[in-house]
Amino acid sequence: MSLNSPTGFFSTKITDALNWARKFSIFQYPFVTACCGMEYMSTAASHYDVDRFGAGFPRFSPRQSDVLFVVGTINHKMAPVLKSVYDQMCEPKWVVAFGVCTCTGGFYDNYSTVQGIDTIIPVDIYIPGCPPRPENVLDGLMKLQDKIQKGEQSRTLYDPNAKTGRPAELQKYTITQHIKNIES
Amino acid sequence: MTPLEKVQEKFGKDIVETHAFRGDETAVIRPASLLAVAKFLKDTPELDFNYLMDLTAVDYLFFAGGRIQKEFRFEVVCHFYSIKHNHRLRLKVQVDDREAPDGRKHPEVDSLTSLWASADWYEREVWDMYGIRFKGHPNLKRILMYEEFVGHALRKDYPFDKRQPLIGPQN
Ligand code: SF4
Repeated sequence: MSLNSPTGFFSTKITDALNWARKFSIFQYPFVTACCGMEYMSTAASHYDVDRFGAGFPRFSPRQSDVLFVVGTINHKMAPVLKSVYDQMCEPKWVVAFGVCTCTGGFYDNYSTVQGIDTIIPVDIYIPGCPPRPENVLDGLMKLQDKIQKGEQSRTLYDPNAKTGRPAELQKYTITQHIKNIES
Repeated sequence: MTPLEKVQEKFGKDIVETHAFRGDETAVIRPASLLAVAKFLKDTPELDFNYLMDLTAVDYLFFAGGRIQKEFRFEVVCHFYSIKHNHRLRLKVQVDDREAPDGRKHPEVDSLTSLWASADWYEREVWDMYGIRFKGHPNLKRILMYEEFVGHALRKDYPFDKRQPLIGPQN
């Protein structure tokens, strides 16, 4: 039986059904490097229980997972590891930046820290906070589910020339500019 | 006799400065005598400093916001401990960027790896962070930063927010 009906009804519905199934069976890969890991554990444990959202099953192999949780500070020496973990994941894949360190580098504006993992890999959901509260994480998780349901992926935004998944208007945005904007 | 007094007795002319406070003893010595003093500390039975606890460095550029000018730039600090006698001693060596031997860019001091194996990684860290070379070190390469890293990150003239070319964004 072909999936394409003349109206397209069947094929769009089957994509919806697939995405619905995907969003409630998130196999996450926790890439835990620093203090945010504690908050990640408390979110994953029974009190807050990410299993309610179908995301309770961490896989410690990138090849079996479809959401990469980057939890904690990523330094320059870790960056190639993160990139190769991301590259090993099968499509479709999503990335969650957990904590300000992974979002922007946080307060580690120094020689060793990557200033936001979106300078290496495309990120779908940013969860700021140092560390983010579990409610915050669950909110991010639900936003990710919405994104999965809609079939959206930041990966498609990745700009191979600029080597970044950052939106174009943010690529040139520097911290100096940011301070100027705040002051003016 | 405390370890510091023993060192003073034997190497009086090599000692620049000493400091002692309730068993916390420090000797600042000339760079050329570092290896000899260290060997003395390790091999003398009454001293028996068998444990090199730490080896690190200090950059005195812009010290106290530039108000204090020292005539040297770096200080290499070694902490020794004797497990047998339960006493400690701190050795300091002052080195300068300017007086680097044979036209090299980096200051150089003698390596302690021949006496304490643990000096290996400490010295690699000091090389990585401060750019101080250790003469006689078997494998002096960066330990924390990657090989392509340019400069030495804990030097006071290294901009704290400088970005390296390997990973952006550039500034
Ligand atoms: S965001 Fe805060 S809690 Fe999370 S890894 Fe960074 S410093 Fe640690």
